Amino acid sequence: MRWIHGCAPGVVTEAMSALSRLWDSDLFWSFRTTPTAVISAVVALVCILGAVAAPILAPFNPFDLASLDLMDAFNPPAFMEEGSMAHLLGTDDQGRDVLSAIMYGARVSLFVGISATAFALLLGVLVGLVAGYAGGVVDAVLMRIADIQLTFPSILVALMVDGIARAALPREVHDHLALYVVIFAIGVSDWPRFARTVRGSAMVERNKEYVLAARVIGISPARIMLTHVLPNVLGPLLVLATLNLGLAILSEATLSFLGVGVPPTQPSLGTLIRIGNDFLFSGEWWISIFPGLALVVMVLSVNLLGDWLRDALNPRLR
Amino acid sequence: MSEAPIFEARDLSRHFDVSRPALQRILAREGKRTLRAVDGVSFAIPRGTTMSLVGESGCGKSTVARLAVGLYEPSAGSALFEGQELAEARKSVAQRRRMQMIFQDPYASLNPRWRVANIIGEPIRAFGIANGGGALREKVGALLKQVGLSPADGNRFPHEFSGGQRQRISIARALSSNPDFLVCDEPTSALDVSVQAQILNLMKALQRDLGLTYLFISHNLAVVRQVSDRVGVMYLGRIVESAPAETLFTAPRHPYTRALMEAIPDLEMAGRDRQPVGGEVPSPINPPSGCTFNPRCPLANGRCRAERPALIPARGTPQTLVACHAVEEGRDGFEARTAA
Repeated sequence: MRWIHGCAPGVVTEAMSALSRLWDSDLFWSFRTTPTAVISAVVALVCILGAVAAPILAPFNPFDLASLDLMDAFNPPAFMEEGSMAHLLGTDDQGRDVLSAIMYGARVSLFVGISATAFALLLGVLVGLVAGYAGGVVDAVLMRIADIQLTFPSILVALMVDGIARAALPREVHDHLALYVVIFAIGVSDWPRFARTVRGSAMVERNKEYVLAARVIGISPARIMLTHVLPNVLGPLLVLATLNLGLAILSEATLSFLGVGVPPTQPSLGTLIRIGNDFLFSGEWWISIFPGLALVVMVLSVNLLGDWLRDALNPRLR
Repeated sequence: MSEAPIFEARDLSRHFDVSRPALQRILAREGKRTLRAVDGVSFAIPRGTTMSLVGESGCGKSTVARLAVGLYEPSAGSALFEGQELAEARKSVAQRRRMQMIFQDPYASLNPRWRVANIIGEPIRAFGIANGGGALREKVGALLKQVGLSPADGNRFPHEFSGGQRQRISIARALSSNPDFLVCDEPTSALDVSVQAQILNLMKALQRDLGLTYLFISHNLAVVRQVSDRVGVMYLGRIVESAPAETLFTAPRHPYTRALMEAIPDLEMAGRDRQPVGGEVPSPINPPSGCTFNPRCPLANGRCRAERPALIPARGTPQTLVACHAVEEGRDGFEARTAA
C-alpha cells in the first residue's frame, strides 16, 4: 500500500509501478505512437549528450593549444577528396577540429539556452501568479509592464541589456560575467510570455472551489498560489518552456553572431558561425555550415518536441 | 434566554461593483453600477439545527453562503459567529477551525493534482489537529470511513471517483477540522437523484452524531423539506419568508413561496397544467421599487409598488415571518383557504 509518506521496503515496487504507470499513461502512449516525437526526442537527446559529454566524446580539445597544428588548417571534411578521417568535419583556419568545436560550442549554447529559459520561467511564473491571483491594480500594473516589454523585439531588449552591462561594468569584470549577462539578457526579454500564460491560468484557477476551500481554512495566499494554483498551470508552462528553449538557443546564437554574446574564450555555435562566415566565400564552407547545421538540428528537434507536447497536453485534440 | 445562536446575520448586505472600466464609463457618460446580491438579510441559526435558504438562480443564496464563512466581507450589516463579528472570529485559528464549507461542484472543489489523503489532510495540518505522519494518516483513514469510503482511497486522485464519492471526500475534508458550523452551498445539485439521497442521509447522520449546525443552500424544495428545521425563501437578495420547514410546506404565505410550491412536480398533479410564476426575475442591478416581487405578484397594489414590506410575523401563522403587504392586510385569502 502506498501512502503520502512512502515507507522504505515498498520503494522498489513503488518505482516499478510508477514506471509501468508512466508507460501506460496517455502522454506516453501519445509519445510512442507519434513518430515525429520519437525521432525528435532521439535527435535532441543525441545533441544534448554530445554537448554535455563533449570533454569525453570529442576527438580533440579545441582549447588545448598544444595539440593544434597549423599544418592541419583548412582541412576539408572526411568525405571530400583531400579530407582525412582524423577530422570528420574538417578543420578551421587555426587547424582546430570542427566537430570538436561544435560539440564544445553546443555545450555553451545549451547552457545559455537552458539557464535563460529557467530564468525567464522563474520570473514569469512569479509575476504571473501574483498578477493573476491578486488581480486589480497589481495585475494591471504588472501586465502593462509585460505589454510594454512585448512591444520591443526580444533581440533588441537583449542587445540593450548587453550594451548597458558593457558600459556599466569594468572590462575585466564584464569578460568574466559575459556569459551570465547573456543569460540575463535573454531571460529578461522572454519572461512576459510565461507571465501571461501563468496569469491567465491563475485567474481561472483562483475562482475554482478548491481554492475557496483552502481560503475558508485560512491558508495564506502565497501558499495557495504555490501549492494549489501552480501545480495546475504546469501543463501549459512545460510546453512553453520547451518551445522557448529553442528560441533562447537561437537568440544566443544571434547575439554571438553579432559579436555581443558570449566571450570569444567560450565560443558557442553562434560564435563558430561568425568566425566561419569570414571563410565562406573563399571556399572553406564547412567552417560555418556545419555549426549552422548543428544549430538547426538542435533547435528543430527541441521545437518539434515542444509542438508534440502542446498537442498531447491539449485536451481538445485528444 | 437560551444560548446564543451559532450564526446570526443582521441586516447582512453584499453589493458588487459591476461598473464598466473607468475610461469606458466616462466615454459613455454613465455612473457606477452596483449589484445588490444580498440586501439586508437577517436570520439566526440555533446550535444543532439546519437553516435552509431557497430561491431561484441569482437570488443571492450563494453569496450569503460565502458571507457566512468569511469569503466575502459584508458591505453593510454584520455576520456574527457565536455573537462575535465573523471577521474578528476568523482571526483566531481556534474559531476558524469551527466553520467549514461544502461546495456545489464536486468536480471543481477538489484539487485535481492532489491525492485524496492530502486534500482531506490539509485542514488537519493547517490547524495542527493531528501531529506526525502516523496520527495524520489515522485521522484521514477514520474520516474516509466515516463518509463511507475506504482508507485505501486516500492514495487515489479525485478523477478516479464518481460525483457522489467526490462529494463524500468534500464532506470528509469539511469534517476534518472538527467543525461545529457547516455551510453547504447546493451540495447535492450536481448529483443524481439516487446519490443525492445518500449524501443527504449522510449529512443528517453526521448532524445527529456530531451535533453539527448547517446553513444549507439549495434551489431544490424537496431536498430542503427533508433536511431543514427552518427555511428562508430568498428573492432578489432579500428573505421574503422564513418559517419552520413543515409550516412553510403546509401553509406557505408569501405569494412567491406559494408559486414555488405550486411548481414542485408531484405524481398526483402529473399531466395537469400548472400555473408558472409569470415574468422574469428583475435585474438586481436595478430592482423594482417597493416590494421587489410586485411585477410578478398577482396580489400587488399601489402600496406594494411604493413601500418595501418588512419581515414580520404573519397573521394566522405567527411562527412564520413574511415580508408581504397583502399578508399583513389579510388580502391573501389565507383565512378563506384554511376555513374551507
